[in-house]
Amino acid sequence: MAHESDNKHEHDGNHDHGSDLAVFQHGRPPVDRSSIQGWGADLDHKNRPAYPMERTPPRIDAPLTQPEQQPRNVEVLVSLERPHITPLFGSPNPPRGVSGMVRRAAFKETENDIRHWLLLMLADRIDVVEGLVDDLARGHVPNILGEMGIKAEWQHNKKGLAQKVAIGAAVAGVAWYFLSRRDRD
Amino acid sequence: MLAMNYRGPFRVRADHKPDPVIEHPGDAIIRVTRSCICGSDLHLYHGLVPDTRVGTTFGHEFVGIVEEVGSQVKKLKVGDHVLVPFNVFCGSCFFCQKELYGNCHNTNAQASAVGGIYGYSHTAGGYDGGQAEFVRVPMADIGPTVIPPDLDEDDAVLLTDALPTGYQAAEMGDISEGDTVVVFGAGPVGIFAAKSAWLLGAGRVIVVDHVEYRLDFVRRYAQCEVVNFREVDDMALHIKKMTDWLGADVCIDAVGCEAAGSAAQTITGVYTMMQAGSATALHWCINSVRKGGNVSIVGVYGPTFNAIPIGNALNKGLTLRMNQASVKRHLPRLIEHIQAGRIDPKQIITHRVPLEEVSDAYHIFSSKLDNCIKTVLIPPSANQVRAVTSTAKN
Repeated sequence: MAHESDNKHEHDGNHDHGSDLAVFQHGRPPVDRSSIQGWGADLDHKNRPAYPMERTPPRIDAPLTQPEQQPRNVEVLVSLERPHITPLFGSPNPPRGVSGMVRRAAFKETENDIRHWLLLMLADRIDVVEGLVDDLARGHVPNILGEMGIKAEWQHNKKGLAQKVAIGAAVAGVAWYFLSRRDRD
Repeated sequence: MLAMNYRGPFRVRADHKPDPVIEHPGDAIIRVTRSCICGSDLHLYHGLVPDTRVGTTFGHEFVGIVEEVGSQVKKLKVGDHVLVPFNVFCGSCFFCQKELYGNCHNTNAQASAVGGIYGYSHTAGGYDGGQAEFVRVPMADIGPTVIPPDLDEDDAVLLTDALPTGYQAAEMGDISEGDTVVVFGAGPVGIFAAKSAWLLGAGRVIVVDHVEYRLDFVRRYAQCEVVNFREVDDMALHIKKMTDWLGADVCIDAVGCEAAGSAAQTITGVYTMMQAGSATALHWCINSVRKGGNVSIVGVYGPTFNAIPIGNALNKGLTLRMNQASVKRHLPRLIEHIQAGRIDPKQIITHRVPLEEVSDAYHIFSSKLDNCIKTVLIPPSANQVRAVTSTAKN
């Protein structure tokens, strides 16, 4: 909801800036501005939405009160770098299972602590395994190749797909060879 | 409802999930008619952003129709066709009062560095995103903007993130008339940053990438010079040569944490995660800009540490500016630019894919197949909604 004055721009596309461009371009000839739609329309700072970067008061018409608190019906982990839960938050996918335990441990460290982020990355990987178990538990066998977009790979990158299959087969073959040789020893 | 469902790195699928509900009196439920896959979604898709939980629905670029509103919502009405900025923000906190909507302090309990973002992990607030038939939109009177009747829906969806982020990238570079601007990355945000650099009066715009079809596209769409970094020995040296050995006035990092071009960065930042992503583009920005120049960063990096040449930045006296875009701040002016024909965002859309085929859409975008620049996902109920709405209006 911009104020009316923000929508008045008197300089759009009407620039006449002489021949000094060559100097600014380190000796290069000036570009043909006529081919560039809208060139210089925002050269004047007053036409720029974010100039200066932090504008007070803001252009939107928002109430200057703290939003009402959203009810907390699921577990929401809260950063140690703020004293309270925020009035608004996302509620899907609350922490669960083993990955949830790791996430809770992560949130005992601040964002300033590398352990916070490394534990979250670990939790994400555990979550992938838990997701597979969840799928199987409800009788859904995930089509992993389909989820990875194999149909598109087949349509648009047959050569790449063949290379991946060949590399996969070679790795599996070498592994099988060494495993079978160890069995013989 | 049908929704995209993240199952782990490189694995997503379309699944049936419960419809979102009003959880706060300021909420609205939006029926999505278009959503995009963003380059920064790929950082989630590749498992590089901490606290990306299995079961999450991505999608921070979406437009749709208001289906239901909470009791405190006064301005937005059922049936309004809206574009929703990717930031979840309150409009009233300390940061929103400074128009830093990307840094809202009231919408993300789980991290203090970033505000809430739809469908962008629990590090960004844990909200589900718009790659679905329905989405919960908090603070519905503050964030969404009603789409003007003469604005194409495909233009509107690009106003939710890609175009404002590209514009803010150029603006943070504080471009002066005639400046030489180098944009690293020819994805949608890089393309819009290059286009915006001309609007801000640049004298020369150079775009760097390694995918030929993207460079061809940006050359045509944004009338830029292009450089394929695979074809040059050293990126910073090449920019110096191109600029009479001074360096560019402004460099923009529109790549973020998955930049190619340096084996050491890729191994430590992407494969082994010893740092929060590969910082190659940022290295090139700092080392290619002239002394006293400006570096602007909108490529997304993880929250942990990165190896970047801060000593060079110090010695060169650089100004570094960076942020998630505060989309709402840019909308009035960018809508004017579109209406005046100065920029035509929808031209970058190369793929329109049914939501049911989200796995293939992610793979095509991620692997840069089929000359993909930008993908729009269309939920099965999108067309049906328009009919219902037109009936309601009549």
